[in-house]
Amino acid sequence: MLRLKNLTKRYPTGDLALDNVSIEIPTGQVLALIGPSGAGKSTLIRCINRLVEPSSGSVHLNDQNLCLLGKHSLRSARRHIGMIFQEYALVERLSVMENVLSGRLGYVGFWRSLLRKFPQKDINAAFDLLGRVGLEDMAYKRADALSGGQRQRVGIARALIQDPELLLVDEPTASLDPRTSRQIMRIISDLCQERDLTAVINIHDVPLAKLFAQRIVGLKQGQIVYDGNPDGLTSEVLTQIYGEEDWSATGDHIDSQNLRGI
Amino acid sequence: MGTVMGSDRQWHHRPLKLKLLLWFCWLLGLGIFITCWNKISEKTMWFFVTDAPSQAKDLATRMVPPRWDYLDNLWLPIWDTFNIATLGTLIAFFIAVPVAFCAARNTTPNTFLVRPIALFIIASSRSINSLIWALMLVTIIGPGILAGIIAIGLRSIGFIAKLLYEAIEEIEPVQVEAITATGASGGQVLSFGIFPQVLPALAGISVYRWDINIRESTILGLVGAGGIGLQLEASISTLAWTQVSIILLVILITVILSEWVSARVRYSII
Repeated sequence: MLRLKNLTKRYPTGDLALDNVSIEIPTGQVLALIGPSGAGKSTLIRCINRLVEPSSGSVHLNDQNLCLLGKHSLRSARRHIGMIFQEYALVERLSVMENVLSGRLGYVGFWRSLLRKFPQKDINAAFDLLGRVGLEDMAYKRADALSGGQRQRVGIARALIQDPELLLVDEPTASLDPRTSRQIMRIISDLCQERDLTAVINIHDVPLAKLFAQRIVGLKQGQIVYDGNPDGLTSEVLTQIYGEEDWSATGDHIDSQNLRGI
Repeated sequence: MGTVMGSDRQWHHRPLKLKLLLWFCWLLGLGIFITCWNKISEKTMWFFVTDAPSQAKDLATRMVPPRWDYLDNLWLPIWDTFNIATLGTLIAFFIAVPVAFCAARNTTPNTFLVRPIALFIIASSRSINSLIWALMLVTIIGPGILAGIIAIGLRSIGFIAKLLYEAIEEIEPVQVEAITATGASGGQVLSFGIFPQVLPALAGISVYRWDINIRESTILGLVGAGGIGLQLEASISTLAWTQVSIILLVILITVILSEWVSARVRYSII
């Protein structure tokens, strides 16, 4: 269970990125966060694991208020929160395996990690996950030798090897082609289902959000303007979130049925 | 096609005001150049200038043929020179890396105290030439190779640290974010998220500085800090020009070799 209460973030420049946002997400729910660029989506998920410090409000993950944690306990809390990024955010010069194993850094001492002496259990888990995302033969490849879709799979494996309770996903498909986007979203949503993971997914693509999320939250200028079922995203709601536009071409119902088979 | 008669609209690459200003600047520059030219001409003793070609020819004839048997006296000095450059670079490397991390805005532990100190170290190291460092060190610890090594080291700290901290400031922050988000400690973020990103820069900078240091250490002997410069100084002051030419030849070959090595190393790393 993830509970955001009156979360507010004002940047030093004076921009109010989040304005009193409260959301309660039950365990196992996949929530898509939609909204125009600059609506505060990225800030919101970064406030949860405090890559960005919230100005006020609270974030509770299973009764622990993440906003009150000191440096050390914040690090232990972060171990249970996996994160997947827009531009993959792999360490380009490290191998695929090193990137995946970096998800275990919170559990391994400094010298062991420096010498790459990860526990056998972690190495087994890394191979399992690479197999799960279809990259079993890529372990020794350098991250910058992979295609976009492959890199994002490595990103997924890195987040999941943390064995997280919560998955934060920031625009996972923004740099991918439509087919790869769907495959990536499918992997993420399948894994969430298998492991009963709570997930917050920032996403630009409304049809994809409707396809894979159980709940949609629309953000506009740092405020929640929609919170409900994917089916409730009517033209009026989309106009309210994004502004005036002809939304009739978002004919994703037919589309989504055709594509479920991929 | 498509344009209405008489409605051609003007477009200028630069607005008129800027154009005039540019012309004025060019004129001013030309004026300064002519004035300086005149000043220099006044102060020049033209007798020496007109004499220069015959003097150069004279020196050249006195330099050939190089005294090949003098080579045997040069193997040890050139080996010393090589060692001064290599050890000096190595010392500088180990000091420069932490200094650079303290100086880079995104990795410094403290912006108000540590960063200014690191920047001061860099500036003071860079502002003094190796030859001056050597001159001072020879008076402090006496003549010899050690003074040369430390001089090269002191000068190189600033060079390596400055280029490295600029590289550190240009890393991809999102890769660092990703490692931080896993719950990694500060040292782990450094070793997994930051270090791999600056490794090629660090290797390239160090090898490049080593290459420069080979050249710089060939003259340190002029002030008594060891290396082949000692022989050069002795040969010049005794007017042994055939020895000078063989020394210059040896230096040239060494420099070419070091440049080749550094180019190869940088190529293979990046």
